Amino acid sequence: MEIALDIRLAMYDGMVRARYFEKRAYDLFMQGLVKGTTHLGLGQEAVAAGFAVAMQPDDMSYCTYRGHNHTLLRGAPMNALMGELMGRSNGICEAKGGSMHLTDVSKGAMGSYAIVGAHLPVAAGAAWAAQLRGTDQVSVCFFGDGTTNIGAFHESLNMAAVWDLPVVFVCENNLYMEYTAISDVIAVEHPAADRASAYGLEGIVVDGNDADAVYEVAVAAYQRARAGEGPSLIEALTYRHKGHSRADPGKYRPDEEVEEWLKRDPIDIYRERLLSLGVEPAKLDEIEAKAAAEVDAATEASKNAPPPDPAVLLTDVWADGGSSWRN
Amino acid sequence: MAELSYRDAVARGLAQEMERDERVVLIGEDVAKAGGVFKTTVGLYEQFGPTRVRDTPISEEAITGMIMGAAMNGLIPVGELMFSDFLATCWDIVANQIAKTRYMTGGQVELPLVIRTANGGGSRFGGQHAQSLENWAMAVPGLKVVAPATPADVIGLMAAAIRDPDPVIVFEHKALFATKGEVPDGEIVDTLGTARVLREGDDVTIVALAAMVHTALDAAKILGGLGISAEVIDLRSLVPLDTQTILNSVAKTTRLATVEENPRLVGWGAEISSLVAEEAFWDLDGPIVRVTTPHIPLPAAGELEDLAIPSVERVVDAISAMSG
Ligand SMILES: Cc1ncc(C[n+]2csc(CCOP(=O)(O)OP(=O)(O)O)c2C)c(N)n1
Ligand SMILES: [Mg+2]
Repeated sequence: MEIALDIRLAMYDGMVRARYFEKRAYDLFMQGLVKGTTHLGLGQEAVAAGFAVAMQPDDMSYCTYRGHNHTLLRGAPMNALMGELMGRSNGICEAKGGSMHLTDVSKGAMGSYAIVGAHLPVAAGAAWAAQLRGTDQVSVCFFGDGTTNIGAFHESLNMAAVWDLPVVFVCENNLYMEYTAISDVIAVEHPAADRASAYGLEGIVVDGNDADAVYEVAVAAYQRARAGEGPSLIEALTYRHKGHSRADPGKYRPDEEVEEWLKRDPIDIYRERLLSLGVEPAKLDEIEAKAAAEVDAATEASKNAPPPDPAVLLTDVWADGGSSWRN
Repeated sequence: MAELSYRDAVARGLAQEMERDERVVLIGEDVAKAGGVFKTTVGLYEQFGPTRVRDTPISEEAITGMIMGAAMNGLIPVGELMFSDFLATCWDIVANQIAKTRYMTGGQVELPLVIRTANGGGSRFGGQHAQSLENWAMAVPGLKVVAPATPADVIGLMAAAIRDPDPVIVFEHKALFATKGEVPDGEIVDTLGTARVLREGDDVTIVALAAMVHTALDAAKILGGLGISAEVIDLRSLVPLDTQTILNSVAKTTRLATVEENPRLVGWGAEISSLVAEEAFWDLDGPIVRVTTPHIPLPAAGELEDLAIPSVERVVDAISAMSG
């Protein structure tokens, strides 16, 4: 498949913006300005970029607590995402969600879910509504390798397959759950792909550090979904550069393994490819400079934003905007 | 006006709403071709077809998760959980996802969905198919909870639940499926969060829910013969809670008893008792009494289950003791 240059540049732009955003999130966490927790997708940006750039604006994506990159790349404003991480009033969820729950429904970023596996049936349900209403939308669901062992994974895959739902399940296999290797806890090699046949699906494995390869499987899966041919299950092989969350140094991973994967940084790989395709270095420098400036601006805006208005504590439990339980 | 069973009222309520709004759909185990294991959805598959009434695999997380996703994308889905006990298998989706998503997203997500489920004892099913779990749902911010006691309320509250923009759990009581009641003709739409005074009285307020409403009414009749005039309130809705009707009644009767099918600890009556103790303490002329199932799993044998679930006799005894 020949991928158009504007698509390629959009993927590079997305990966760089996600990378810079998350590096800043890490720094701010270490400075105590981002509290609670963060789960960074550093190193996994090509998965987010390939799938997001191939989506239509009204497609719906569902991701996990490791979802900064997915939410950003659907078009959620960086300021409001940074504000949410920092718990400020400019946060995209009014500072009530936090790092693990970034959501921008207006961009089709239908939420970040922090209970492993919970969002798989939700994504399938959104796809079911798309099918019933004939909207041509695709629902895309990102999750980790560890998620393939929870019941909701199997319930959702089966139901989506039986109902031919336009949903694309994307397993980001970064080889680890929290601190335990996935290979320690499964009886097959590929946590997602090797289970696909149980649902009558093809087991698709893709290099998750190659944005072009990801983009190609995404396009094919979306086409299949829109054609009414049902769900896809794609396993993208990738690696997280940092620990599972917060300041986890990730010491449970062999040094050589980490080094090997750092050499296969998806952004470095893609920069090289774009240069070899004749893109001017200045063009890429410009993308990087713009992303850096955007992150700086988002950080400043969020540092300067007031803390959340205490009034929001009691809003938005119910559709009437309030939280009253009594009449 | 016509007589209708509680069981048939479920199907009538659903049909009324499905006819009105094509976004309303129903999924669950055995709900379509078989008409439900309790025969509460008979005829809906034939009337509305296979895309709007659909059988699912035995996948409670998928049922509840999928109605959540569908509600996020333009449908008004109703999901059936065959027994409320099975809520435990999908409590993550119900309590962590469905209940909290609006709040955690700063109001971005609306979830106009309904979970219907068969609740309650009296059928000799034993500890995993007979629980009264409405208090579990009541304890989670973000869930609305109703439990109708009569066929007319089944229709009206089902309609209100389906029309409500928030997630609502409708607890249908298994022991009431075969009961009958007069139901008005035409469309019936009720209001969530409204209790109803079913019997007026002066000496004591009895607050009850679902099957216990009938127990309370029978007890009130007997108490009348003993010279105690009991007012019976059918709570109907736990969230929102119609506190005004309770407080008004206690102001008049000066005494409160709750009749609850849930096990004792943190049953809904504890919340009602605390409300009255906090806000109507000076109206009270005596201690509040809670009649509940003991804090035990429900036993299977009829003799034991009947001892466990509050009976008319226990209610009469408890209330005559408090008034004596
Ligand atoms: C149901 C549930 N169990 C455990 C956890 C704690 N937990 C959070 S992330 C995680 C690891 C998930 O691994 P994986 O699916 O591979 O995703 P990754 O973090 O690698 O992106 C665990 C065990 C949880 N959030 N939810
Ligand atoms: Mg993992």
